[in-house]
Amino acid sequence: MQATPDNLKAGEPPRNYELRPKSLADGSLGGDLLEISMGPQHPSTHGVFRMDLVLDGERVVKLKPVFGYLHRNHEKIGENTTYLGSMPYTDRLDYFCSLTNNWAYALAVETLAGLQPPERAEYIRVITAELTRLQNHISLVGFLLQDMGAMGTPLMYAFREREKILDLFESLTGARMMCNYMRFGGCRCDLPPGWLERAKQVVNEFPRFLDEFEALLNENEILMSRTQGVGCLSSRLAVNASITGPMLRASGVNYDIRKVDEYGIYDRFSFRVPLGEHGDVYDRYMVRILEMRESLKILQPALQDIPEGPIVDPKAKLRGFRPKSGEAYGRIEAPKGELGFYLISDGSPNPYRYRVRPPSFINLTILEDMCLGHHVADVVVILGSVDIVMGEVDR
Amino acid sequence: MSSPLLGGGIIKGLAETARNFVGSYVKEDRLVTVQYPEERLPRQEAARSFPFLVYDGDDWQKGLRCVACLICEKECPPQCIYIVKDTVRKPDYAGKLQFQPKVFDIDTSVCMSCQICVEVCPFDAIKMDVEYELSTGDRFGGLLQRKEQLAKSNEYYRKIHPAEAAEVDARLGAEKAKADAKAKAAAAAKPA
Repeated sequence: MQATPDNLKAGEPPRNYELRPKSLADGSLGGDLLEISMGPQHPSTHGVFRMDLVLDGERVVKLKPVFGYLHRNHEKIGENTTYLGSMPYTDRLDYFCSLTNNWAYALAVETLAGLQPPERAEYIRVITAELTRLQNHISLVGFLLQDMGAMGTPLMYAFREREKILDLFESLTGARMMCNYMRFGGCRCDLPPGWLERAKQVVNEFPRFLDEFEALLNENEILMSRTQGVGCLSSRLAVNASITGPMLRASGVNYDIRKVDEYGIYDRFSFRVPLGEHGDVYDRYMVRILEMRESLKILQPALQDIPEGPIVDPKAKLRGFRPKSGEAYGRIEAPKGELGFYLISDGSPNPYRYRVRPPSFINLTILEDMCLGHHVADVVVILGSVDIVMGEVDR
Repeated sequence: MSSPLLGGGIIKGLAETARNFVGSYVKEDRLVTVQYPEERLPRQEAARSFPFLVYDGDDWQKGLRCVACLICEKECPPQCIYIVKDTVRKPDYAGKLQFQPKVFDIDTSVCMSCQICVEVCPFDAIKMDVEYELSTGDRFGGLLQRKEQLAKSNEYYRKIHPAEAAEVDARLGAEKAKADAKAKAAAAAKPA
């Protein structure tokens, strides 16, 4: 039903837009505005996510993201289970990147308990995190193209490569996606025999695939006309809205936590931080492609230099783990942005407070600012370029 | 970077698609689909699905390694394990008197295959299975695994995780040898 001032009930919250648009005299169409609900069962919304759109013809006048359909009380569960018990739940935040979620949580607990992972564990963490970044970015680009109507081809090519990385994860951790691999002060198990050789092979073959993928897409006129100048995000707004990750860098802000914090052993690798110029969807796409190339630059020396040795800090305890009271914040550069875990300990086996700073939730907050004035079809593309995973947005 | 000819980028992309399509007939790395269930991928050593209980010897009731210490029940994040301790003690693999579980249930509809029960078990009694075709028409009873369904032999464990099982066997063997030597020493010391 069309919303008109006549059928609005008394007591409804005030709206900051006029339901009757301006008259034909100032250039707009004389019709009514249309409120539509896009999602939650919409193939472009990447999960159960809904947008309340107010449209003037095809143009977006207002957009309100509605989420929470996948809320499962992650933070409260974290406060009512042991520190170790939260580790498998972190896999389920951003279910594409369980290993980076594990790392961020392990980093927070290690800061709290004063544990130091041994050298080999740090290398394994860097390797798995960069492999995670590769498979996250490649599937994101595939999904983005799927949203634009490139049905199948780029997504299937991306998934073909992703599967090779997931096979590596399975042989290392036992699960393709729900890895549950990192432990406080190290990793759960050592690399199986032959894993490094297989990983090297995947990493060495990946540039050839990226060349193909870029030839397939980069200069495609349809992709360019659908993405260039669409969903521009100014660097000022991006910083003010605390956007992080590839979205921020596509707007031209040089901020990568791997460079800023140099957590783990990232200070030993030389890699560049790709930056965008316009902050549109095409820049976000390109920044991710270039980031994959930089990840390969980290992976190659890491796979070469990984030392032998223990994989867990000998001080780490699996059962009866009680860090002393205090607070800690651990953050890493997850593929989607800054992923942080904030923990307060009161000396008991459970954290007193357990808080997640999810990148895709915060990156989603400026969706309206990017979409205003664009067509509905562009909203789909802009949302695709934000790279959201509802498991993390709703928690 | 865009090509001078309008549509040139699309043609370049289509050439890439054609290369993949033709390549899938001649090159194996371009045709990666596995025709499950006729074809299956080889099983990974570390693969895991749901936990099971290991027993030594032939009799599953006698040889069960589990001593019902309730650690896994307490540590399980989604709390899918339910254990009732037996009141009588039975000798374990090293001849030491230990409790046995009277009831040991795992609700596989709740279990999230995280392997924490395996990590915290001090007796190497619970391990991860690799069976994955477990669909059932009965969503309550069919997914609740009882002690008799969970108990699987050590030979089975050796078959599914050979490297891991060899390590566990070596460790348990060393412990048993140590316990035997201690018992022998105690027996030798007694009559004197």
